[in-house]
Amino acid sequence: MKLGLFIPCYIDAFFPEVGVATLELLERLGCSVEYPLDQTCCGQPMANSGCQDDAAATEDLFVHCFQDFDTVVGPSGSCVHHVRFHLDAIEQTPQARKVRAGTRELVEFLHDDLRVAAFPWAAFPHKVGLHDSCTAVRGLGHVRPSERVNEPYFSKTRELLAKVPGLELVELDRPDECCGFGGSFCVTDEAVSAKMGYDRVYDFHRHGVEYIVSADMSCLLHMKGVIDRLKLPIKVIHIAQILNGGPP
Amino acid sequence: MTRAVDPEGRAERFIALEEHESTHDRLVWGMRQNRDKAVAGVPEWEELREQASQIKEHTLTHLDQYLEQFEANATNLGAHVHWARDAEEHNAVVYEILQAHRVKSLIKSKSMLQEECGMTPYLQKRGIEVTESDLGERIQQLSDEPPSHIVVPAIHKLRSDVAALFAEKIGTDPKDSDPHSLTEAMRQNARPKFIAADAGMTGANFAVAETGGFVVCTNEGNADIGTSVPPLHVASIGIEKLIPRARDLGVFIRMLSRSALGSPITQYTSHFHGPRRGGELHVVLVDNTRSDRLGSPDFWHALKCIRCGACMNTCPVYRRGGGLSYGATYSGPIGVILDPGFDLSKYRELPFHSSLCGSCTEVCPVKIDISDQIYKWRPIVAAKGMLKLSKKVGMSALGMTLAHPAVFHAAESAAESALEHLPRFLPYNPLNPWGRHRDLPTVPKQTFRQWYLENRRKS
Repeated sequence: MKLGLFIPCYIDAFFPEVGVATLELLERLGCSVEYPLDQTCCGQPMANSGCQDDAAATEDLFVHCFQDFDTVVGPSGSCVHHVRFHLDAIEQTPQARKVRAGTRELVEFLHDDLRVAAFPWAAFPHKVGLHDSCTAVRGLGHVRPSERVNEPYFSKTRELLAKVPGLELVELDRPDECCGFGGSFCVTDEAVSAKMGYDRVYDFHRHGVEYIVSADMSCLLHMKGVIDRLKLPIKVIHIAQILNGGPP
Repeated sequence: MTRAVDPEGRAERFIALEEHESTHDRLVWGMRQNRDKAVAGVPEWEELREQASQIKEHTLTHLDQYLEQFEANATNLGAHVHWARDAEEHNAVVYEILQAHRVKSLIKSKSMLQEECGMTPYLQKRGIEVTESDLGERIQQLSDEPPSHIVVPAIHKLRSDVAALFAEKIGTDPKDSDPHSLTEAMRQNARPKFIAADAGMTGANFAVAETGGFVVCTNEGNADIGTSVPPLHVASIGIEKLIPRARDLGVFIRMLSRSALGSPITQYTSHFHGPRRGGELHVVLVDNTRSDRLGSPDFWHALKCIRCGACMNTCPVYRRGGGLSYGATYSGPIGVILDPGFDLSKYRELPFHSSLCGSCTEVCPVKIDISDQIYKWRPIVAAKGMLKLSKKVGMSALGMTLAHPAVFHAAESAAESALEHLPRFLPYNPLNPWGRHRDLPTVPKQTFRQWYLENRRKS
């Protein structure tokens, strides 16, 4: 099976190591992966701001780049969520529908599709706090949302991390509270966004984590901005990097 | 275009009051935690949500029948039923009833609908004294502020704020911020007004079509004194409050207070079936944009709302910014989707006062797709040309860049060199809000795409 690799714009620009880890991990697991060179973005930044007209050409480009793949994998819950549920600034052609249906987020691809049993090359002897992004929790169903108190607990992210020797997950006061990134919300609603970011980071800090791990680099980008400003001894790391054998 | 309320600016000012914000977040999150505990005690909670949602959807799609049934049964019980198309008509009808009874003063229990209609200022302008009987609402009334929360209207205030307010308005000791003595002081101040009032007003949580009765839920019993002492009771009821049968209350009453405060039921659940002996009961059924909303495929589900406030309690934006930041009758996530329906221009910024985390949708006891509706209001604001100019220009430029790979890759390199070489103070100036509280990411030597070209395309 030939996979299309979707690397979101901000990962391409700011966190190439996350793209590399995703690619290497998929290759290690036996996938044949191709990265279409003309891809840029899924269109979410414009669509989230209500600007459907401005999103259309980017969404078209996304479909064009990935229409020849049956499966597209991206290491970002929020971008994959946009493709699957909100890619509607464009005409819903058979190609668009195919790309939307076939786009998978990395955690669900590893957990649901590949059903990976072990990551023999991985070890991560650190205290880690898990941040599931809101779109991963309530949009893609990576984990039982905290609001659904009567449903049996599950977490695909935790199941994957449990296969990594040495990794110790700590519990938080507010397990799935939003970090406040929210796309352009982080600048248009700066004060609220920053306060949410501070509160979220302090929850991790109170519990003594060395690393915050997430399947969403956008949340990590936000929390890293807070951590660096506060000069806290916490690092952020994408789950692909841990599952691929630790930070480069 | 009407001047828009500025939720971001108002929220920023609330957050700057550090103790207010942190206390507010803690208390409101505490209500969410209590809700979780209460829900854990009802194993069939998710089935109840589904049932509640279906009852509401059924009622809303047969609303004409149920309204007429309610009117006929309420009339049979001896109530006078009035219809009001909008806020103005509601206020006029109420005033007419009060005038006919020579009412000089009235006490009212909490009603979001009467807030929505601006009833209190309307009546006060016409010489009628209006006293809120709910403690939190009374605090808000004395502060000349709208309620900041549907269920706990003064939750954004500290005890010391209330002490200062009561000292100024009803002469308590400004140094005494003990909740018990403040409550007792208000009780002593308000009780004579309650006893002397010529009329009592309420809203309604549920109106039952098959009986013609309606239900008012309070935690202070204040609706009961308002309807037991004065001879005249006027109730304002939004047309979406209808439910078909009395037994449907068994679903909603179980959910309302568990969702709101985490208590199994409100302290008082008062059922009104016609006027009390020797009294007179008027019911005003109010539309005020509800019919328009009912015709909207994307937004009619919001009419299922039972005003429990669970979405506010869970909302991380509401908890940080406070309810007054919304500048509207309804605050929090439900306000974000209701208010633009009343006045899109005035409330055009509200759909952006959300990180779209989706928790509101999950706690909603009647399964309103709140988060999806917030998302759907955004393109409506944009299509009406109501986006802030900065946002509009930024987005079309971004859209252009991201639609063209070559332009994007050039922009990436430009952004990188700009980030690397700009003096540190520049990214942190007030024009770039990100940098006020957060550092910018460091810029890597190459993009992923450049790495890929070097490492995977060479062979």
